[in-house]
Amino acid sequence: MRSASKKKATQKRAKQAKRTRDSYAHGEVFADLLRVDGNAAGGLFGELFAMDITAARAKCAGCGAAELVGALLVYAHGMGMVARCPHCQGVVMRMARTPTHVWLDAQGAESIAVAVTS
Amino acid sequence: MPPISRGFRGRRPTSDAASRLPPGQYETRDFPVLSAGPTPHAPLDKWDFTLRSTAGKSARWSWDEFQKLPREKITTDIHCVTKWSKFGTSWEGVSIDSLLSAAAPQGVEPSPFVMAKSDGGYTTNVPLADLTGGKAWIAFIYDGAPLHPEHGGPARLLVPHLYFWKSAKWVRELRMMDENLPGFWESLGYHIYGDPWREQRYAGDE
Amino acid sequence: MTAPTQTRITWRVATVLEVIPETSRTRTVLLDVPDWPGHRAGQHVDVRLTAEDGYQTERSYSIASPPQDKQLALTVERLEEGEVSPYLTEELRPGDQLEIRGPIGGYFVWDIAVGGPLLLVGGGSGIVPLMAMIRHRDLALSKGDAVARHQIPARLLYSSRRWDDIIYREALAQLTARDNTLEVIHTLTREQPDGWKGFSRRIDRMMLAEVAWPATEKPRIFVCGPTPLVESAAATLVELGHQPALVKTERFGPTGGTA
Repeated sequence: MRSASKKKATQKRAKQAKRTRDSYAHGEVFADLLRVDGNAAGGLFGELFAMDITAARAKCAGCGAAELVGALLVYAHGMGMVARCPHCQGVVMRMARTPTHVWLDAQGAESIAVAVTS
Repeated sequence: MPPISRGFRGRRPTSDAASRLPPGQYETRDFPVLSAGPTPHAPLDKWDFTLRSTAGKSARWSWDEFQKLPREKITTDIHCVTKWSKFGTSWEGVSIDSLLSAAAPQGVEPSPFVMAKSDGGYTTNVPLADLTGGKAWIAFIYDGAPLHPEHGGPARLLVPHLYFWKSAKWVRELRMMDENLPGFWESLGYHIYGDPWREQRYAGDE
Repeated sequence: MTAPTQTRITWRVATVLEVIPETSRTRTVLLDVPDWPGHRAGQHVDVRLTAEDGYQTERSYSIASPPQDKQLALTVERLEEGEVSPYLTEELRPGDQLEIRGPIGGYFVWDIAVGGPLLLVGGGSGIVPLMAMIRHRDLALSKGDAVARHQIPARLLYSSRRWDDIIYREALAQLTARDNTLEVIHTLTREQPDGWKGFSRRIDRMMLAEVAWPATEKPRIFVCGPTPLVESAAATLVELGHQPALVKTERFGPTGGTA
């Protein structure tokens, strides 16, 4: 015999599962809900680079594809940000901000080119 | 001094939660999902888990073999460095102690430090002493159901006494190390150890 | 005047002028930012709040106002579990101050110099940066130049749950009423009013094939909204033959907005 709280928990899980399924109703692909793109990272980049680099071109060290930073796939949350190549999913850049520093690991980018005149 | 946002309070803990909260944390009832990459989806018939020693010896379990190992139920509070804490989370998994025992006959000897490696490339480093003595598990059941991929399923490392970034999702291997090499976040400004009770969030925090 | 894309990004203090209801869950916050360097349609700002004890948190919001407007407008959707959006939509009053950083975004931007046709695809609060583009186009082309309007036609495909959830519904109706080179096509995915003859499903390939210009017209395309909608629509547009470089995307994440 199921207790009331167990039933509630089951219902809650079913609701969560349904929410997840509903949100994928658009996608033929298992779209990653948390993914945004390089646009979202513009502010954090800006603190480090003193300029907005979402229109800069980054060359992926993994596959050689050159993409505008705004087009990179960004996984960003409170810990930091990982920008991945949309072609090979490789990590192009990682950034984190602590109270005292902005950390950047750009080993995944062979080069980053920022136009200085618009 | 930035301007104060009149009337803004942000998230604040309830008073009875306060004693269970490490410094700087607030309680959440949901289970936020934080991810550094796309959610891996490892089919169980291809999944395996490995313990690897510095001498190159390894012990490997397939999913079916893993399910036959002694398992435990764990109920614990968890603390994320992004300031949320969740009380009374329930898990089931195989303790690292059990894994080390099972791996010993294959010549896998532990080292002082361990790097956890996950599908998708995530890594995190933990001292061996923080994984043994009933402090850590490879967990594959959460809240009575198989661990969902977005929370690290099929299996994740669970080390609840440290900040939750150490509980590597989608874990596939524990690799022994002689040195305490930094993992993914530890090499990007986060604390090498990560004790929430001493608020060791960032490199340089005491 | 277009703002340079390379300006120092720094925190500025903005004063709230007005909080205007758009739908039951969204508000437009009108801001005065004395040293605002200007922006381009499609860009966003980061907003930072500081509580009395020093606690701080930040979120990003797209700019709803066109570059031609002196006052900066942000349209915010209240998310139930949100930390910041309930504050901005329910608590904020004229005279309050916020810190904003920006403008940010050199990738997801459009102005008439980029040219057209202009195809905008939005879901939910993804309409905000697209509205900035529509408003910019309207002001930039309003000098009675019918030829210019016809050279840069614009079409918006906008997905909302219900009629009452359509953000800027009236403003869009007014714009299309006086500009026959701007088309707005709504799709209502959950519930439709009686007599509704428009689309009543989520954006899919058939809908995009019907609404979009053929790839040979080389429309400039901007897709914004919840991540699954954006990825699906962008992938479909590329399948329909549009060059990936002409399909720009801005993903808002899981719920389509920042909490």
